[in-house]
Amino acid sequence: MLQLLWESRIQAVAVLLFAVGFTTLLLHRNLIKKVIGLNIMDTAAYLFLTSIGYIPGRLSPIVADGVTDMEAYVNPLPAGLVLTGIVVSVSVTAVMLSLTLRLYRRYHTLNLDEIYRLVYAEQEDV
Amino acid sequence: MAFCLNFPLFLIVLCLISSVVSSVLPARAARIWSLGLSAVSTAANAVLFRYAARTNTAVTYLMGHYPHPWGNELRIGPLEALFSAFFSLVLFLCLLGGRRQLAVKVAPQKQHYYYVMADLVQAALLALVYTNDLFTGYVFIEICTLSSCGLLMIRETGRTILASVRYMIFSLIGSGLFLLGVILLYSITGHLLMPNLKESIGLLWSTGQYHLPLLSSICLICIGLAVKSGLFPFHLWMADTYGAAIPASSGILSGLVSKAYIFFLLKVIFDVFGVDVFYACGIHRLLYVMGAAGIIAGSVGALRENNIFRMIAFSSAAQIGYIYMGIGLSPTVGIEAALFQILAHAVTKPALFLSAGHLSDAAGRSKRFHDLQGAGYKDPFAGVAFTLAAFSMIGLPFTMGFISKYLFGMAALDGSHAKMVPTLLVLAVSTVLNTLYFARTVLRLYNKPQADDYERVRIPAHLSYVTAGIVFMAVNLLLGTLSRPLLDLLLQGVRLF
Repeated sequence: MLQLLWESRIQAVAVLLFAVGFTTLLLHRNLIKKVIGLNIMDTAAYLFLTSIGYIPGRLSPIVADGVTDMEAYVNPLPAGLVLTGIVVSVSVTAVMLSLTLRLYRRYHTLNLDEIYRLVYAEQEDV
Repeated sequence: MAFCLNFPLFLIVLCLISSVVSSVLPARAARIWSLGLSAVSTAANAVLFRYAARTNTAVTYLMGHYPHPWGNELRIGPLEALFSAFFSLVLFLCLLGGRRQLAVKVAPQKQHYYYVMADLVQAALLALVYTNDLFTGYVFIEICTLSSCGLLMIRETGRTILASVRYMIFSLIGSGLFLLGVILLYSITGHLLMPNLKESIGLLWSTGQYHLPLLSSICLICIGLAVKSGLFPFHLWMADTYGAAIPASSGILSGLVSKAYIFFLLKVIFDVFGVDVFYACGIHRLLYVMGAAGIIAGSVGALRENNIFRMIAFSSAAQIGYIYMGIGLSPTVGIEAALFQILAHAVTKPALFLSAGHLSDAAGRSKRFHDLQGAGYKDPFAGVAFTLAAFSMIGLPFTMGFISKYLFGMAALDGSHAKMVPTLLVLAVSTVLNTLYFARTVLRLYNKPQADDYERVRIPAHLSYVTAGIVFMAVNLLLGTLSRPLLDLLLQGVRLF
């Protein structure tokens, strides 16, 4: 069991980080920290994907010295997926930050509970 | 290969291009473009559905003729085509019927952005329905989340921005879980295309290899999509979100976006896990319990609300619960009921939101029940449309709601005995609660206020809204009375899923 854990230590850490980011995103009241949590969560998923996609001793899949043997290279797909995922999380982060900015300019606080109280105290604009 | 099999790819690409083009068009042109696009998409998908239902086949469409593992694939079957056509039609009607509200409530210089987002939502809906690749699914889930967030925050009030933040947080939690599930699945199988995944998962399940990772990835994917579609206990953002947005956005979000996630989940259940593995691993019991709890919690929440939009939003949570209860009940009749419920809800809920928008305008721009007194007289058409949709929600005969409740009842009797009694009980209780809160609203709409402060003001009807409302009512009544052909088609589609 312990040996298995040691062998897959990077994945274990990734899952742990995912849990940290997940709880921060869900439970923290500060909007900026929520965004940080979101980024930790996504990055943890990419760490997991990168770590399983890398095989020690193999090269990145670019044919350089005429070596065309498949065994010499790693599979390029996980890295491609990570890149796609990074693009997604960058755009999501940008939207979240812009929303946070809007709320901060309006209510001068980053605490979600406080904002909630202020928003529902004002007259609804139908 | 028939030419019409190219339609899904063309439509998805066309929607993505249109969203870029719309961003530089004036609002009027962007609106016409967007409406035209959804009309074309409805027609093209209807043609495709006719072809697929007639040939009775589900075709795998290789993009650019690159086979696995280089290419990306779409999967085109009768069920996919039917749901795309339906979703495009509802989107068209939402945009058409919500036009007036949009013009009044959104700043003129920002209106064309609304149609950018609508085009993106449509691209995402089509891609989620048609894709045959799990990671493409993930990317379009995120596109769907971002663009529906755009539909929400187009109206810049404190409430809508706060609602968008809450919506984003729950959506991101859901897609984070989904992503981790997909990555786990990829790490144990090495595939992302659905047919290959299904083969590997079947093999892994029968040999018992990687049992724990497989189980956790199935759970993560199901829970992730359930959170995104607003299953109990993650339904609380709905009231804020649908309550604050403009009616067309509320209709699109509740009627289409959350349904597209559920349809994608069904696709994953059938094409990735395989029905046998999914029902063997026990996660359906969790979905069943949460669905049933969601029905009750949503109905009670709706009963306690004093704001018509928030009430409809809570009723949405209950309707989502029905769908998950159907998925949890049984792989045949339960799924059929769930699919019919998706269609029924997609027709009814946008009609309710659009009518409620017009009624609240007639009542002096208020969403409070107290001010809505007699609003049915001031805007007669909106009153009628609301009442009919409310009847469908309650499940009166000749509406789609009746058929869907009937199907759930049949599914309960068909399934295991352990689930029969609770299902029937939940159905009965929720019908009573539905009747209570919708009857209360309808009575309020047709209850004349005190004579002294009552002026008989008629709000002029808007052609675009009336057209959309008539189509919504016609589809609801038509499919509610002549449901047999549709049910046969659904069954045929499920067999080919």
